[in-house]
Amino acid sequence: MTRPPARRRTAVAAYIIRRVFAAVLLLLVVSAVTFAIFFLVPRLGGQTLDSMAAQYVGKSPDPDVIAAVKKNLGLDQPLYLQYWHFIKGIVVGAEYQFGPDPVTCNAPCFGYSFKTHTEIWPQLVDRIPVTLSLAVGAAVIWVISGVAIGVVSALKRGSFFDRISMGVALAGVSLPMFFTGLVVLALFGNGEYVPFTDDPVAWASSLVLPWCTLALLYSALYARLTRAGMLETMGEDYIRTARAKGLKERKVVVKHGLRSALTPLVTIFGMDFALLLGGAVITERVFSFQGLGAFAIQGVTTADLPKVMGVTLVAAFFIVICNLLVDLVYAAIDPRVRLS
Amino acid sequence: MSGATKKDSQAADAVPAPRSGDDHAFLSVRNLSVHFDTDDGLVKSVDGVSFDLEAGQTLGIVGESGSGKSVTSLGIMGLHTSERARIGGEIWLDGEELIGSGPERVRKLRGQKMAMIFQDPLSALHPYYSIGAQIVEAHRVHNKVDKKTARKRAIEMLDRVGIPEPHRRYEDYPHQFSGGMRQRAMIAMALVNNPQLLIADEPTTALDVTVQAQILDLIRDLQKEFGSAVVMITHDLGVVAEIADSLLVMYAGRCIERGTAEKVFYEPQHPYTWGLLGSMPRIDREQTERLIPVKGSPPSLINVPSGCAFHPRCPYADVPPDNITRTERPELQQVSDGHYSACHMSREQRERIWTEEIAPKL
Repeated sequence: MTRPPARRRTAVAAYIIRRVFAAVLLLLVVSAVTFAIFFLVPRLGGQTLDSMAAQYVGKSPDPDVIAAVKKNLGLDQPLYLQYWHFIKGIVVGAEYQFGPDPVTCNAPCFGYSFKTHTEIWPQLVDRIPVTLSLAVGAAVIWVISGVAIGVVSALKRGSFFDRISMGVALAGVSLPMFFTGLVVLALFGNGEYVPFTDDPVAWASSLVLPWCTLALLYSALYARLTRAGMLETMGEDYIRTARAKGLKERKVVVKHGLRSALTPLVTIFGMDFALLLGGAVITERVFSFQGLGAFAIQGVTTADLPKVMGVTLVAAFFIVICNLLVDLVYAAIDPRVRLS
Repeated sequence: MSGATKKDSQAADAVPAPRSGDDHAFLSVRNLSVHFDTDDGLVKSVDGVSFDLEAGQTLGIVGESGSGKSVTSLGIMGLHTSERARIGGEIWLDGEELIGSGPERVRKLRGQKMAMIFQDPLSALHPYYSIGAQIVEAHRVHNKVDKKTARKRAIEMLDRVGIPEPHRRYEDYPHQFSGGMRQRAMIAMALVNNPQLLIADEPTTALDVTVQAQILDLIRDLQKEFGSAVVMITHDLGVVAEIADSLLVMYAGRCIERGTAEKVFYEPQHPYTWGLLGSMPRIDREQTERLIPVKGSPPSLINVPSGCAFHPRCPYADVPPDNITRTERPELQQVSDGHYSACHMSREQRERIWTEEIAPKL
């Protein structure tokens, strides 16, 4: 390809900088809102500072202990100060006065669970690779299979292949994850998650079943979306132009048809993938993987707010990042988006 | 049916006699039919159209929406990809029959020997590729040249069709071009391989009037320069009035009048042609009366009216005797040398109506 002229390159650079700046701002807003939800909403719901502090003390609490906890956790401070401490903790770490010895929470400190007496961040770091492995592998499978099936279905509309694959796709979309997951488990048994760095082969083989289970659901959806997109695009005037040029049908389909048909899929993929990165809750549960989703469930069932808060922030981070990537990819694909 | 053989023999008069081998006209269409199998029935979009076109000449195909003019042109280009399309007849291009030859052969001719420009250049150009890239692509399909040479050729073509600063505009995308510029780019793309046949399907319909004239001038200039045959499809007689050598008027998938532009304009023989002429705004005459529209709307192509397809809308349907306009389909009959018309009225009746009733009002 020819190099784009300078004016276009600077425009693209400006666009990227603008988008990154907006993404950082968005993350700050998300963290503030999340913080407010976890620390303000309980109060609006009728909880007092005392009852919030009481969660961290054993049964039949002593008022003095509650008052101490309240002070140590900073619950008596204004909310904006608490938020400030939280953000500061992410950057420089934090120290909590809890019990006889102070607890240090190293930067980036995403909170401290007073129920399990653990820092949140190291646990998140342990679990992100699990969820990431699950999501990336499944995404590769579902995108390739979904798009391929969708394209062939569209080009051979009404054929035997089309009918069968769309029937299976409908089933795939309709079957809930916990059902297909359990069927797969019953048929093939369960494997333990092996980190990629330990043994890539064992890593892949431990993930094949969850990948396929998770991919079935999305693949079905993507096949249907691709098919619909291709049917629409192949009827466009510019496809007729491409044929009128004398291009080979294969090139017409891939270069002119598929490229347009896939554009809306980029947005959907970005969202689906980002949501998965925040925790493939059911898949992790079914296959007993210790990922972010399982961590969030654990936090919720034990009312351990810092854990839930930590997962929420990580999930929000992934969504913002994926959205940014989607926008950049979109601008690369569709020149009409670029300069406006 | 005995009537059928009679009709066939009459039709044979109207169909230019097939010439053999080198004697063929450059583009020679014989009894072309394009039918579509639909759930509602067989749609006869084009039903037995024949014409000849010599190199360097321009044929105007005129008719309303749904008359089959675009379907005819797409048929010549081999662009009916639907499995439901049934194409019959013969298309001879420079001595080679196209309908019988395989799709791969026709693909090689497309964009090379015959090219096409479309009605709406914004939707006909791919929004994701730059203008230059799309022209380069058209060039490189048929020519084994490197990207640099193709790029040079594309810029040369952009310059030739009157795009200012072609080096810079080469990089632009279709949405950055104005309507007229897009159509110029489309023409550059169609002509990049010096095609001998150019089909223009309503090339000016989506453009405003001043740009229309520029585009038509451009097509005419380029035709002179490259000596190509041009098929100009339009619903606007004004467009073809100036550039067509011969005219073919279509109605409900059939040719109802065919002849030199002069004959069809000045001695039209079919009431539908009169209707088209009556509904054409003329700026060279003083405006005294309102335009006269053709009453009614184009017929369904599944249930084409019996007899003459135009009879439900024809003010003279009752002129011929015995209700014949409703029962028998008129075939093309020669009026004068190279001028054919499909109407049940006698030549005297038609000429009387034309000179006494129609011509004075135009």
